[in-house]
Amino acid sequence: MVTLGDYLIVSGILFTIGFAGVMLRRNLIIILMSLELMLNAANLSLVAFSRFHVQQSGLPDYNAQVFVFFIITVAAAEVAVGLAILVALYRARQTTDVKDIMSLKF
Amino acid sequence: MLPWYVLLLPLGSAIAITLFTLRFKALSSSISVAAVLGSFVCSCLVFRQSNISAPASTWIEISGVFKVPVGFVLDNLSKTMLVLVSGVGSLIHIYSLGYMREDEGKSRYFAALSLFMFAMLGVVLSNNFVMLFIFWELVGFTSYVLIGHWFERDAAADAAKKAFITTRIGDFGFMVGILMVWASTGSVVFAEIAPRLSPLTTHSAFLTIAALLIFCGAVGKSAQFPLHVWLPDAMEGPTPVSALIHAATMVAAGVYMLVRVAFIIQTSQTALLVVAWVGTITAVLAALIATQQSDIKRILAYSTLSQLGYMVMAVGLASNEAAMFHLFTHAFFKALLFLAAGSVIVMLHHEQDIWKMGGLSRNLPITFLTFAAGALALIGCPPFSGFFSKDAILALAYERNTPIFVLGLLTAFLTAFYVVRLLVVAFLGRPRSEIARQSKESPMVMTGPLIVLAFLATVGGFTFFARNFLALPMEKDSALFVPLLAIIALIFGSGLAIAVYRNRASEPFDIKILRRLFYFDEFYSWLINSTQERLSRISAFFDRWIIDTAGVGGASGGTWGAGALLRLIQVGNLQAYLFLFGLGIVALIYFAVFH
Repeated sequence: MVTLGDYLIVSGILFTIGFAGVMLRRNLIIILMSLELMLNAANLSLVAFSRFHVQQSGLPDYNAQVFVFFIITVAAAEVAVGLAILVALYRARQTTDVKDIMSLKF
Repeated sequence: MLPWYVLLLPLGSAIAITLFTLRFKALSSSISVAAVLGSFVCSCLVFRQSNISAPASTWIEISGVFKVPVGFVLDNLSKTMLVLVSGVGSLIHIYSLGYMREDEGKSRYFAALSLFMFAMLGVVLSNNFVMLFIFWELVGFTSYVLIGHWFERDAAADAAKKAFITTRIGDFGFMVGILMVWASTGSVVFAEIAPRLSPLTTHSAFLTIAALLIFCGAVGKSAQFPLHVWLPDAMEGPTPVSALIHAATMVAAGVYMLVRVAFIIQTSQTALLVVAWVGTITAVLAALIATQQSDIKRILAYSTLSQLGYMVMAVGLASNEAAMFHLFTHAFFKALLFLAAGSVIVMLHHEQDIWKMGGLSRNLPITFLTFAAGALALIGCPPFSGFFSKDAILALAYERNTPIFVLGLLTAFLTAFYVVRLLVVAFLGRPRSEIARQSKESPMVMTGPLIVLAFLATVGGFTFFARNFLALPMEKDSALFVPLLAIIALIFGSGLAIAVYRNRASEPFDIKILRRLFYFDEFYSWLINSTQERLSRISAFFDRWIIDTAGVGGASGGTWGAGALLRLIQVGNLQAYLFLFGLGIVALIYFAVFH
């Protein structure tokens, strides 16, 4: 029997992998991908909540699923903007490595 | 409209010169001279008309509380002063054409001279305290500009500042006095104050203080003890300025103002006594100092102080007629003396030390004769004008206050001594320097005014001449006794001076206290140093350490230090930021969930 806890553990592992990727990888494209992983971890937990939060009518709580659709849409927009920034950055600096992008420093 | 022309012609000239003709020196000077001559002609016309009035209007009106009209007072007193000021002013303008011929700032000089004429005529014409005070200050300002005309010389710039600041001290008292009079009578117009004063005579202390505060203004402007220190230094200005402003007219404005408001001063016996004694002290003090000076203009400056002391003494002895009579004759002979001295100074290439002159009577005969006429009038030698007016004051003092009379006689003696000393040393004997030997007579434009003034200084005191202009003081019973004493003092003084200074090449006496001017300048600098300077040092300390360092410096230093600390976490590494961000989230969750 798969319980809510199992879904949440998977979601937590996914989120941790994503966060570790953002923290530790140097390539901006990988960092962006890791960000997507974190978003999807959140989506997974939301869908799981929806599935296990049954209304009195016997239907699942669709609010969470609507929320997930919004997140997917926003994530798509975010990736578009993020990649565009990346391309611009690459053209300007010929690099996508975060170690070389240190200008936000006093 | 005639009085308006008198007043506004010089103002127009000053404006025209300042705005348009500063670069054309000849044109500027002719505009100025034309304006003052026009003003003089209008003054004469005003003088001839017996009942003339000028259109007046209201300047400030706060209903029932405060009303300042723009109006003229046109009685005999102000008409005489108008003719006197514009007449002497005209002569000095003409003389300036010669004296300032090659000056770089000629246009500026004539603009300031015109502005001065405007201000001085305004003082004479004002019918209320507020207008009087404004013109009074304007007179002080133009005096400042003209003393500092050669501002590139430090001495002139300092003298200008000294004159302005010293008179400002007196003017502060004057202003408070005006406010007191306004507060008690509700009016600033002279004609309205007079009838409203009589119910106030029960408050004698109040009236005494108000009268003495108004007198403060005259002490500053007429350079009376203890604010006399600025006048001798004002001799740094061009000589025609010394003649016009610091001898004939502006310093007499204080006396004129006192005569104008004498009805206030005369309500208090104490105030009258103080005024009389201040005048007497000034007269004696200045005459004593003058005996040891060696600069020709400074000797004349101290004699001006001394004669102003006489006038103030007369006001204090409650005789406006005697004061105005002496003011009238003094204006002629003192302007004459200064202009003659100016002629000497120009011809000796700005040498002012009398010990480097000598024998000038041969080379500058017209200057010598006119100077001698002025000197004889100054020492009160009959029949020159000074004799009559000084005699009137002495007779008055003899009648009212014996100590003042004795000091007045002493001053007459000292006056004779130092003026004859000046004459003997500078004009007689042998020339004591090369420039004195080679000097020659001044041009006509300078000697012309001298001759006119010499004539006026000679006849100015005769009753047949002066009664056209003034209400003369009454003849006294002592009419024979007092002039006799005055003439004895005169003979002693001049005899002593001739005996001591004949054929001398240098000063035989050296009286330190007189040379150092009774240490007044030293005393004032000590006073300023120990009060004002000390106070400012304390405030400077407070400002620098409490306000600046602790207040402003503390705020900015605190902000700066906080910034420096916070800056340490701005490493620029994206992932370090993320790490901190993650830590923050963890902390938030910790506080939100487990607390």
